[in-house]
Amino acid sequence: MSARLEKLLLQALVEKPATIAGPASGDKAAQELAKTLQDAARRLLGRALSIREVDAGSCNGCELEIHALNNPVYDLERFGLKFVASPRHADVLLVTGPVTANMKTALERTYHATPEPKWVVALGDCACTGGLFKGSYACIGAVENVVPVDLHIPGCPPRPVEILSGLVALIEAASRSGGARR
Amino acid sequence: MAKRVASTKLWPRAEIGKAAWVECAEALGRGEGELFALFAEVDRVHMALRGAGDEATRIVTMKVEDGRYPSVGVHHAPAIRLERAIRDLFGHEPQALPDERCWLDHGKWTITMPLAEKRRLAREVLDTGYAFLPAEGEGLHEIPVGPVHAGIIEPGHFRFTANGEIVVRLEERLGYVHKGIERLMAGAPLEQAAKLIGRLSGDSTVAYAYAFARAAEAALGVSVPARATYLRALMAELERVANHLGDFGAICNDASFAMMHAHCGMLREEVLQAADLAFGHRLMRDGVVPGGVAMNLKPEGEARLRALVATIARHFPELVTIYDDTPSLQDRMVTTGIVTAELARRFAPGGYVGRACGRAFDARRDLAYPPYDELQFDVPLLQEGDVNARVWIRIREIEQSLALIAQILDRLPGGAIKASLVSAAEEREAAAVVEGFRGDIFVWLKLAADGTVARCHPRDPSWFQWPLLEAAVEGNIVADFPLCNKSFNCSYSGHDL
Repeated sequence: MSARLEKLLLQALVEKPATIAGPASGDKAAQELAKTLQDAARRLLGRALSIREVDAGSCNGCELEIHALNNPVYDLERFGLKFVASPRHADVLLVTGPVTANMKTALERTYHATPEPKWVVALGDCACTGGLFKGSYACIGAVENVVPVDLHIPGCPPRPVEILSGLVALIEAASRSGGARR
Repeated sequence: MAKRVASTKLWPRAEIGKAAWVECAEALGRGEGELFALFAEVDRVHMALRGAGDEATRIVTMKVEDGRYPSVGVHHAPAIRLERAIRDLFGHEPQALPDERCWLDHGKWTITMPLAEKRRLAREVLDTGYAFLPAEGEGLHEIPVGPVHAGIIEPGHFRFTANGEIVVRLEERLGYVHKGIERLMAGAPLEQAAKLIGRLSGDSTVAYAYAFARAAEAALGVSVPARATYLRALMAELERVANHLGDFGAICNDASFAMMHAHCGMLREEVLQAADLAFGHRLMRDGVVPGGVAMNLKPEGEARLRALVATIARHFPELVTIYDDTPSLQDRMVTTGIVTAELARRFAPGGYVGRACGRAFDARRDLAYPPYDELQFDVPLLQEGDVNARVWIRIREIEQSLALIAQILDRLPGGAIKASLVSAAEEREAAAVVEGFRGDIFVWLKLAADGTVARCHPRDPSWFQWPLLEAAVEGNIVADFPLCNKSFNCSYSGHDL
């Protein structure tokens, strides 16, 4: 191991964490949010929700902010939420984009490949309403035109903190309905 | 006989006949000059060229006759996908084009030939299959991947033919995120069109809005206040740094070096938060508008941006040293996914893809647009063409961009940030190029007399990079494809339109 790498790893032991002072420490509201999420998730599925992201025509802006959830600053996994590679492993489909005609079939197949119970989140203005692409010959529009949607998180793109609190809201709603929505 | 019909300093356009058009295509095929863009209107096709030797840029135009024009792709392969796209959108038939398959049209749209004057239903598009190019030999197997990928990335389909672990052929099928942007832009007021183009490729929202604004201003003969040009460049460099940092980490992550991904992710987050504070949006979306910029640099923004430059300058060199000192990383990066200089010469790929294999082009320097004509920066160039070279180009460009951000802040002029735009009461047109993080973005814009958009064609750098990815991955192991792909980081949405 190079001396530099060693130094950097050692630094990580003594320096304060990069993770934002929000959910992990300090900020009261965010702390509450983290707790709610933990309780609700535990009631629902033990302690975790697996998310499969589906880009159904996004400009990639939403994906950039979804990526940010995985960085050490937001550290999504501390809430028991994680992204998985296959819809067959997923509880939640996180869908972006104004559902292009060319992606409609793929979205439907991904939905059907996801086992029950499952929830669908429409992320970003395009997924929520079709956004600026509403009415295009090449777009179906809002995600709910193609598959049932449980939660809308608007924004162009929504900030990582907004995405996070949206996912918390989903878990709360899902646990109130007692698990499987359909 | 060429008839000069429109003249902007950098992109004069001439109407030429069929024979001259074929001559241009043949010259491209011989390696004389570069194809910059190929696009259509309802009755014409246009080719944007960068000349050999003098490196002058120009556009040539040919009237489409009976719905046909001589194929450029038959002489010059980089034009093939562009011609397939034109056929899907306009119905113009590229004569003698060897590839008859649709490209953007998957047979799912509500109409066919959505940009044609009269939408015809002439060509039947079958959804039942897409004939991938065959590969023959003993022990070959196919691996279909996508359009929904395992990671959080854009959708597209990759068809690998492999012999054991070795990729024999990769063929891409794109178009999944085609949103019909060009049609939505037609007839739209400038402000609306600027918003649409800012949503063509989310990672390049500044660069696209920047290129579109410059085209609109050139068409209307508007000069932009000096402060606005500097603020645009500031946003563009922040966008470049954020994307390069993200890519650097993600490429290392694809070689199972997650630590780099985490550190780069933190630095990228610093950039986005600083951009948010300075301009009110993490990606600075809708920040650049025709005439100038939409928002001024907030007072606390300047200090934050200077602190950002210092933070990255402090941490980044350490990461670079680790990258260079870690044998497991070097083992994966060096000599992987090579793009040859010969292919780079033919395809003229922009950005780090081209600059990693000897194509010394950067629109900021070579088509010097303000304020870059007043700023000092180097354009890094390497010859190796492998994943490692594409990483190093990004590393050097991050350093250059940080220096540019500091220069811009030092020299930032005062004054207005937006000029008012008055429609010209006649048809106007212009082209503009802006260097996005991925490469040069070309925008051709024609405005109607009432100031609305008559036709706009944005050409993403990915058009000339995607085909090279197919070549680069050949002979590599399947497991190195993510690495090669990430080192290209082509846009799906920008390409699919």
